Amino acid sequence: MAGEFLVSTRKGLFTVGGDGGWRISATAFLGDNVSLAMRDPRSGYLYAALDHGHFGVKLHRLRPGEDWREIATPAFPEKPEGLVETDGWGKELPWTVMRVWALEPGGPGQDGLIWCGTIPGALFVSFDHGESWEWVKSLWDHPSRKRWFGGGADFPGIHSVCVDPRDADTVRLGVSCGGVWRTRDRGRTWDLTANGMRAEFMPPEQAGDPEIQDAHMLAQCRDQPDRFWVQHHNGIFRSDDGALNWTEIHDVEPSNFGFAVVVHPRDGDTAWFVPGVKDEKRYPVDGRLVVTRTRDGGRSFDVLKNGLPQNHAYDVVFRHALTLDDSGEKLAFGSTTGGLWVSEDQGDNWTEISHTLPPVHAVRWS
Amino acid sequence: MARVIFTANLKRHVECPVSTAPGGTVREVLDGVFAHNHVLRGYVLDEQGALRKHMGIIVDGIVLADRARLADPVRPDSTVYVLQALSGG
Repeated sequence: MAGEFLVSTRKGLFTVGGDGGWRISATAFLGDNVSLAMRDPRSGYLYAALDHGHFGVKLHRLRPGEDWREIATPAFPEKPEGLVETDGWGKELPWTVMRVWALEPGGPGQDGLIWCGTIPGALFVSFDHGESWEWVKSLWDHPSRKRWFGGGADFPGIHSVCVDPRDADTVRLGVSCGGVWRTRDRGRTWDLTANGMRAEFMPPEQAGDPEIQDAHMLAQCRDQPDRFWVQHHNGIFRSDDGALNWTEIHDVEPSNFGFAVVVHPRDGDTAWFVPGVKDEKRYPVDGRLVVTRTRDGGRSFDVLKNGLPQNHAYDVVFRHALTLDDSGEKLAFGSTTGGLWVSEDQGDNWTEISHTLPPVHAVRWS
Repeated sequence: MARVIFTANLKRHVECPVSTAPGGTVREVLDGVFAHNHVLRGYVLDEQGALRKHMGIIVDGIVLADRARLADPVRPDSTVYVLQALSGG
C-alpha cells in the first residue's frame, strides 16, 4: 500500500490513497466544515473536528468497523460571574471553544490520552479516547498566557502540540500569537520558550517578547528531538536545544513567509516549507507554487516545483496542510484553492491529485 | 406549555423534534427541552449557556433580546423558533 492520508476541507473529509493509488478513496461529512482530522496510531481510531458555524464545534470519532459517532467536545468550564478577561489587545476573550486547532495523540504508554488545542487559546486533554475532556487550567492561569492575541483569527489559538518522543510527559505547544511553551510534567507547569524569535509586527522594544511571537507552526524531529523548526510570521526559526532558544534563518528564497513546516523524522537538518509573499499579501511568489527544502539545517534551500502549477497559482497552504510520512519520503499538501499534491521522493516531483477540492484546512498521513 | 420549533437544518446533526416545555423565560423553556436531549443543547447554546453567535431565537414574532441569559419572557401559549441567523454562512 502506498499509504493513506486525511484531507480536511471546508466541505468534508476526504481519504486519499490506499490500495487504489493516489485517489480519493473515501469521503465523510460532505457539506460540513472539517477543520482537522487525526488518526491515533495507538488505537487506530480516527478523529474529525467539525465547525458547523451556526451550531458550533463538534468532535467525531471512527473506530474500526463502526460508523462515525459524535463524541464529547472540549469545553470551557462555566465562567465565574462577573469575570471579564481580555486578550493581549484588550478584546474580551470568550470562554467558548471556537475552533479545534490541534489534535495530537499522547505517547505510546499513554493509551487513550489525546491533546487538543483550541481557539481561543486553551489546551484540553482526554484520557479516554475523547469520551471526555479536561481543561488544562494551569496553562490558562499562567500570567504570560494573558498577553496572547489572535494571529489570523479573532482570538489566540494553540495549533501545534509536539509530544516528546523521549518522554511523553514533555509536551511543547506552538501558539498564534503566544510563542512556544513547554511542560515537563504532563501539563501541571509550563515554561515559555521562544527566546530568539522576532516579531516585526510589534514596536521594536517589544519585538523580542517571547509571549507575543506568532509561531505559525512548530515541528519536532522524531529521532533528533532537540531539533525543532518553526515557520513564524516573520520567517523561519530553528532550535537545537529542545525549543529553548531559537535562531532565525536568513536568505530564504523565494520567501521566508508561510504557514506550514514539516521535519524529516530521522534527519533534523531536513525540513520543508511552502513559501508565499509575506504577510500583507499571502500568495505564491510570482503566482508560482513551490515547496522549499533544506537539507543542511537552513544554510541553503532547494526550490521544488516539478509538477506544481507555475502560472497564476494563488494557492495558500495553511499550517496543517503539509504532511510528511514516517519514512520521510512521501509528502502531501493541499491548498485554499482546492489543490492537492503528493510527492514520493521528498518533494523533487509532485503529482496533482485534484485541483477541484473545497478549500483545504489540513492534510495528515493516516 | 410553550412550543419549541427548531430549524430543519439541525435535523441531520441531532434529533430535534417539535417540543413543548413549561417555563416563564426562554431559558426555562429551553432547559426543559434540553433536559431530555442534552446533545441538542450544545448545538444551540455555547458552554456558557449563551445563544451561539450565529443562531437566532424568535418568540411570538419578537427576536430574542437577551442572548446571554435568555431571560426574555415566554407565555404558556408561546411559540419559540430556534433558527439559524444567516450570519453563520
